Amino acid sequence: MSDGFNLEIVNPEKSFLSLENVTEVVVPAFEGEMGILKDHISIISFLKPGIIKVFTGSEEEKFYVEDGIVEFKDNNLSILTSHIFDLKNVNKDKVNISITETEKELSKDDLDDQKKFLLNHKIEILKSINLN
Amino acid sequence: MASLDDLKKRISSVKSTQKITKAMKMVAASKLRRAQENAEKGRPYSDKMNNIILNLSNNITDDENSPKLLVGSGEDKVHLCIVMTSDRGLCGGFNTNIIKKAKLYFQKVLEEGKILKIITVGSKGYDQLKRAYKENIIEKISFKESKYVNYFDADKVGKIIIDKFEKKEFDVCAIFYNQFKNVITQIPQEQKIIPLKASESERSSSEDNYEFEPEEDEILSNLLPKNISTQIFKAMLENSASEQGSRMSAMDNATRNAGEMVDKLTIQYNRSRQAAITKELIEIISGAESL
Repeated sequence: MSDGFNLEIVNPEKSFLSLENVTEVVVPAFEGEMGILKDHISIISFLKPGIIKVFTGSEEEKFYVEDGIVEFKDNNLSILTSHIFDLKNVNKDKVNISITETEKELSKDDLDDQKKFLLNHKIEILKSINLN
Repeated sequence: MASLDDLKKRISSVKSTQKITKAMKMVAASKLRRAQENAEKGRPYSDKMNNIILNLSNNITDDENSPKLLVGSGEDKVHLCIVMTSDRGLCGGFNTNIIKKAKLYFQKVLEEGKILKIITVGSKGYDQLKRAYKENIIEKISFKESKYVNYFDADKVGKIIIDKFEKKEFDVCAIFYNQFKNVITQIPQEQKIIPLKASESERSSSEDNYEFEPEEDEILSNLLPKNISTQIFKAMLENSASEQGSRMSAMDNATRNAGEMVDKLTIQYNRSRQAAITKELIEIISGAESL
């Protein structure tokens, strides 16, 4: 028996990433960051914009997600998301475009607090990506 | 009987038609491979999404307070039908099959005295439906500009549907599309997306205990709108694979038919050529004899 679990990240077009033997995954769940280890209880949660960290042994991979759902069951973690990219090959121009778009959205009047919070959060994350 | 010249012209025109259909078949075949791949790649997402929603709805027992998208608006008066067809023709029975299926449903709805609203996705569907159901079509959407099926387009359609549902413009929503089975078989499908309530038989199949964060109904109300876009996207993927498959087999048939026609015309051409020669010979011989 290995001491890891399986991770699958899918987006609508294709299976984005499929890994075996992952030791830990940290996801930006809606109610705060959540680290998932092997034999976690079955859980369903959804994501807010943020960074997914995947640890395989000593290696670490990072992905930016905008939204999504996580499901963990029998040591299989599936993440469904419509917007995801690898932090290793970020296109800074694209990130900038999406920052300005989000800011535009934020300037609309008819937003509730939750939405405002999410948009602000998204801008923060995107900006922090561009700094690195 | 047609003259030799006429026959020659017809043969060459059939031959050039054959060239076109052959080329279209090749193009469809290469597009089909891509579309099929995409459809297969897209399946895990929608399957997983379905699974999660099934699990969630299993955990919801209180029908009254659960999200409207799941249980419906409680009425059954206005039906919205999303008819998904292609933007291009020359693909055999592809569009006609969807329309046929949809029309059956329309008739049933109208006979029961309910209100029917139609959204057509793809211009061919609109062309075929506008004659009989002009006043029922509330919107027509076409993605002629996008080269490939993408989630962004599907999301647009999904948002329109949800927007209309929230304005209480309809109670039940069904989508029509072709499911890709293989190159020669595509099955027209009718799928209810609102309300989504899983049927009883499906319900009992999975019984897992999940921990939810946040609460079930909050997750559900976030998930359901996404699910609608996902289902639309799935339908679009299946549709594009079916369209290419259908076009490929239609064009294959057309090429074969053209080939047969060329053979027939060639035989006819040769016969009449020989007849003309024989006639000339007889004329010469009988002329010589009479001298």
